[in-house]
Amino acid sequence: MLEIENLQVAVEGKEILKGLSLKLPAGEVHAIMGPNGSGKSTLSYVLAGRDGYEVTQGRVLFKGEDLLEMEPEKRAAAGVFLAFQYPVEIPGVANTTFLKEAANAVRMARGEEPHDALRFVKLLRAKTKELGMSDEMLKRPVNSGFSGGEKKRNEMLQMAMLEPSLAILDETDSGLDIDALKTVSDAVNAMRAENRTFLVITHYQRLLNHIVPDQIHVLAGGRIVRSGGQELAAELEARGYADILSAAA
Amino acid sequence: MAISVETARQVKELERYKYGFVTDIEADTAPKGLSEEIVRFISAKKGEPQWLLNWRLKAYEQWLSMPEPDWAQLSFPPIDYQDAYYYSAPKQASDGPKTIGDVDPKLLETYEKLGIPLHEQEILAGVQERSNIAVDAVFDSVSVATTFKHKLEEAGVIFCSISEAVQRCPDLVRRYLGSVVPVGDNKHACLNSAVFTDGSFVYIPKGVRCPMELSTYFRINAANTGQFERTLIVADEGSHVSYLEGCTAPMRDENQLHAAVVELVALDEAEIKYSTVQNWYPGDADGVGGIYNFVTKRGACRGCNSKISWTQVETGSAITWKYPSCILQGEGSVGEFHSIAITNNHQQADTGTKMIHLGPNTKSRIISKGISAGRSSQSYRGLVKISPKAHGARNHTQCDSLLVGDSCAAHTVPYIESRNAEAQVEHEATTSRISEDQLFYCRQRGIPEEQAVALVVNGFCRDVLQQLPMEFAVEAQKLVGISLEGSVG
Ligand SMILES: Nc1ncnc2c1ncn2[C@@H]1O[C@H](COP(=O)(O)OP(=O)(O)O)[C@@H](O)[C@H]1O
Ligand SMILES: [Mg+2]
Repeated sequence: MLEIENLQVAVEGKEILKGLSLKLPAGEVHAIMGPNGSGKSTLSYVLAGRDGYEVTQGRVLFKGEDLLEMEPEKRAAAGVFLAFQYPVEIPGVANTTFLKEAANAVRMARGEEPHDALRFVKLLRAKTKELGMSDEMLKRPVNSGFSGGEKKRNEMLQMAMLEPSLAILDETDSGLDIDALKTVSDAVNAMRAENRTFLVITHYQRLLNHIVPDQIHVLAGGRIVRSGGQELAAELEARGYADILSAAA
Repeated sequence: MAISVETARQVKELERYKYGFVTDIEADTAPKGLSEEIVRFISAKKGEPQWLLNWRLKAYEQWLSMPEPDWAQLSFPPIDYQDAYYYSAPKQASDGPKTIGDVDPKLLETYEKLGIPLHEQEILAGVQERSNIAVDAVFDSVSVATTFKHKLEEAGVIFCSISEAVQRCPDLVRRYLGSVVPVGDNKHACLNSAVFTDGSFVYIPKGVRCPMELSTYFRINAANTGQFERTLIVADEGSHVSYLEGCTAPMRDENQLHAAVVELVALDEAEIKYSTVQNWYPGDADGVGGIYNFVTKRGACRGCNSKISWTQVETGSAITWKYPSCILQGEGSVGEFHSIAITNNHQQADTGTKMIHLGPNTKSRIISKGISAGRSSQSYRGLVKISPKAHGARNHTQCDSLLVGDSCAAHTVPYIESRNAEAQVEHEATTSRISEDQLFYCRQRGIPEEQAVALVVNGFCRDVLQQLPMEFAVEAQKLVGISLEGSVG
């Protein structure tokens, strides 16, 4: 699904990613863990195509195509979804309107018919309920005045509606209480599928008890320094990053 | 090569300004230029009474010596008033259409292209029991059709072209014409008084709630023609009316002058809601052509507890000079101004409002949303004036500017003159650039950049869009998107 080869990225002239390589096969869930400032969000923004991130080396193939060549909206249409660490507020734009524009834009770019208005609302209501959100939140402006937890649920709602083939979750777990964490994890687990890949970025091991990944990678100093199975998460939890990093260095 | 580039540009322009077609109709046109003869010609064409001719002549004389208003932040070459036609009417078999069946089918086609199927509206209304919108359509200089005349007459509402009103109810016209915007108010209004060709007239009798939305569509079709409509709306005691005005013009390389005057009068407990969606041709991307929109709009809340609210969506015109205002005379009267102004490419707009508080406990509210894109420039100019007798007067002004790109400009010029120490006047203003974060967020969700801009801007304008009658809110939202095309990327 996604192949990252020797990716080097600079932000405002400062090198952040220094040769990162990663292979995510279809149908798998991979987790990236790493200390604050290690470049996790940078990686997610580069994959989504945000301006201001200069790729100085390396390449990224998504379903065999050069991802870095594509405009952000093209990537979304091709199936890339990023759940933002800090979801953005859009005052005055109702959540439903936003979701509908997004879903239909993606469908049109994929050569599909736009959603039938009635069916769309039905589908949206069902997903909203699954995520423990109220219909009232659909009428409110996108993320405006939402609590941290509500924003994260809203990201998951968008993911559910857009049905991506690659979902990148950037610290979706931070700021969630245990119930919300469970709801969000259930939503992700329900979407796990053969033709869908997840890249779950987290700072804490506890999320990985709910969303059990196929592989865990540790990002530090702009590179993947360790990869392994569930046992790696437990090791991190027990010994902390510092220990692992010094061992890897 | 050059030719194909030029053609490509024109095709692109055509796509962008979808109202830019020309209707091929024989027109009955006065000779070019402005003179006392032309004023007499217009008045004679309309078979006007002597008092009105005298009124026009007085205005013309005054106009000759009046200076152009020069305080707005606008720049354009001096207008050659002799290089325009002041009267152009589509030729009709008879003197004018009596029913919609008499209207030239080509004209009806034009209105259909503009999205106002006059025919359909009447037919639909005959078949289905539902509240509809009555439309008065003004084509170049004359009103060609007013729909739903009979239904309105049953309610006692008079809604017709102003030329017709002069014949039908001269006393009402004579009493109120020029009573809100005096002949010599400013040079543009003065010119309008001398040469106004048509426009709408509305009278709502005591205690009547107008049974439907009233609407006027203005269209400039003929080349080199100025359009000078005059609209007068009188809401008698305890009455209520909602009125919508829409405007379009074909694309032409030369600038066309549009100098309208709108006067509103609300008596005791009456309410007038006046909405405008202005989409005159703005000129091409290089700033060639487009309408000069120099409009004087003013409402007088004469009665106690009366209310006048202006809502405008201004996306068109090369230059806009427009300050819909309220004179709050009656005790407890309320004035509102809700505005969205969008300028793109080389458009210039100097727009705002005046709220003149004369009576006690008068209230006014101003919400202005200005969006500048491309190389355009825009100013909000507002005056809130509180007279010594306006005890308990209150005003709240919210003025937000949004910049799209970095070659545009926005200015906010609020004047506050309070001569009553008890009055409460609040002014809030913000200026921001369209947020990269918001655009990226939308694009990550698959929404293309231009559509993302339209979405974010519509969100920014929401408070004002909500004030529009439902039927037009949707149209206005689309217009926001269309007028910002080409502003990013
Ligand atoms: N827009 C930016 N401008 C300057 N530095 C940035 C910017 N974004 C991120 N950085 C820097 O890049 C490094 C990695 O940040 P980030 O990717 O957000 O880390 P993480 O998500 O792992 O906490 C940090 O040192 C941060 O300060
Ligand atoms: Mg981060």
